Amino acid sequence: MVAQQLPATPRASRARHILGYWRHPVAQAVLKAFLTVFVTTTITFFLIRLMPGNPIDIKIDELTKDGLMTYQEARAQAASLFSIDLDKPVLEQYVSFIGNLAHGNLGYSFVSQGTPVTAIVLAVLPWTLFSVGTGLLLSFSVGVFLGLFAAYNRNTRADHILSLGGSIISAVPNYFIALLIVIVLGVELRWVPITQMRGATSSGIQPGFTFSFIGDVLFHAILPVSVYFLASVGHWILGMKSATINALEEDYVSAARARGLSDGRIMTAYVGRNAVLPLVTQLAITAGLAIGGSIIIESYFVYQGVGLRLQAAVTQRDYPVMQGILLMVTLSVVILNLAADLLYSRLDPRIGRAGGATGT
Amino acid sequence: MTAAAIPRRGDRTLPGPIEGGLEFLRLLSRRPSGLVGFAGIVFFLVLAFVAPIFVPNQESGDVNAIYQTPSAQHFLGTDNTGRDVLNQIVQGGKEIIGVALITAFLTTLVATVLGSVSALVGGRFDAALVGLADILLTVPPLIVLIVISALARPTNFLALALVLSLLGWAGLMRQVRAQVLTLKERDYVEAAKSLDLGLTHIVFREILPNMRSYIVIHFVLAMTGAIYAQVALIILGLVPFSGKNWALMLYFAQTQGAFYFRDAFWFVFSPIFAIILLQLSLVLFVNAMEDIFNPRLRSS
Repeated sequence: MVAQQLPATPRASRARHILGYWRHPVAQAVLKAFLTVFVTTTITFFLIRLMPGNPIDIKIDELTKDGLMTYQEARAQAASLFSIDLDKPVLEQYVSFIGNLAHGNLGYSFVSQGTPVTAIVLAVLPWTLFSVGTGLLLSFSVGVFLGLFAAYNRNTRADHILSLGGSIISAVPNYFIALLIVIVLGVELRWVPITQMRGATSSGIQPGFTFSFIGDVLFHAILPVSVYFLASVGHWILGMKSATINALEEDYVSAARARGLSDGRIMTAYVGRNAVLPLVTQLAITAGLAIGGSIIIESYFVYQGVGLRLQAAVTQRDYPVMQGILLMVTLSVVILNLAADLLYSRLDPRIGRAGGATGT
Repeated sequence: MTAAAIPRRGDRTLPGPIEGGLEFLRLLSRRPSGLVGFAGIVFFLVLAFVAPIFVPNQESGDVNAIYQTPSAQHFLGTDNTGRDVLNQIVQGGKEIIGVALITAFLTTLVATVLGSVSALVGGRFDAALVGLADILLTVPPLIVLIVISALARPTNFLALALVLSLLGWAGLMRQVRAQVLTLKERDYVEAAKSLDLGLTHIVFREILPNMRSYIVIHFVLAMTGAIYAQVALIILGLVPFSGKNWALMLYFAQTQGAFYFRDAFWFVFSPIFAIILLQLSLVLFVNAMEDIFNPRLRSS
């Protein structure tokens, strides 16, 4: 049971439970990622079809409402929109859905008829990944640095300010940070030109590798990026601080001190490196939180990312788009998780070795 | 929680609920931020559940007094129909806190039961549950909640709490499982097993009482998660509630375009501030609790 106490091992050992003998950590991580996407897609597929008032019925209702179309015609049109045969049993529908999915076909939007869901999602996903990614990378670097600083200056004024500030900022829901920016900085004080900063780019600007385009993209990304930064920086400060305090009490740190290593080397190579490990695995969870919040955050800033598109799909009951966005977002977070797992095994040599550190 | 006052044998004596509570308050009083959090929680419970008894619910507004800025008559100004904002703040806490409490209770219950049973039973059951929890932890919860709520349209707050706890149990379940895995090797659990006392007895009498502090911390954390998620769902208009509720105030403010109207500042700011203060109180309280129950941090 030693295995359960080592912070490094649960991920590897969990996957091993499912897989039995496929032991290589990379293979495990990839398989787990694949399984997650598969299960999520399956659950949402059946959920959408088993819920009362499924999208097909809603579409049929909508089409027959004005009496211009018979029930059969409406049903046929609804079925073609969904690219599924309604008379087939749900299981067969599921098989054909998965078949389409394997070809990269997510069906067609209800509202923008004839537009493939894939095209809609791919048009908005990069903006969200860009803004969330930039915000999180910034907050991770700054937060880890500040957390390390706070731990090394424990119980000083700077530590108290950082810790209390970290607690306060991490208690504020991320969408409220966005809303406060709008109503306080934008409307009340008029420090931030929120109307000019709307959108992912200014209208009419030519995309390209030009100075003005990149400047414009950054200008429009400032607000969402600051929200993602502020919403997660407290978490990293507090997490890094307590991880560093724990690491400072480890025997290998005392041993390193006894060997006469310089403080700077102990801080980077021994304390910092070990303390940052558990935080790396939290990156994916934090990204999931940020992307979830993006639904509201992007609507406050009118930033054309996944969140804004999903909100539109929800209000229009555009189920294929909803399902497509859910799938793509899950895929992004799963890939990020995978990257974090691989980075983790890179940073922690105990995991990289065959059989890992668990020895189970 | 039911097993709070069980007499313990030998050196494994746990403090009873009263002495344990007093000891906790004593340790809490040394932590100013924890004390502030505790006071905040008490304040919000009183505001949400006691104050509405004494403050009459103002149903109709005054069309001559819309979007007023704070004054002696209306401490926090008025909304788009001239109703007092402070009155709505007083009336609008019960649903938010009620849903948070029910969700936290359900989440903690499910997570604790599944986590301990999973650890004690082991085998395929354990592997399947852990796999499911892993998947739930990877998928962005708010996105899934939005998809589910768009389909299910929870109309009362029990339904909303059920939807919210559907996704919230995974993290705690995994941690309870890990804790139980280490606890179950202890002598007193081995003794209970060899006495053939049954799974229920082992879980509720031997293991859970030793995880009380841990469970309480996660109950409060589950509350903050539930508040975050339900406010998001209400703001998005996915929960067709009526009545007075801080998050609903923001939903109406948005549909009225009040965010961009300078005189509506207090109408928009007040519910945000109330929710943030509530979350902050819970977080400060949890931090202090973690501090108290984690001996490594406490020693300094």
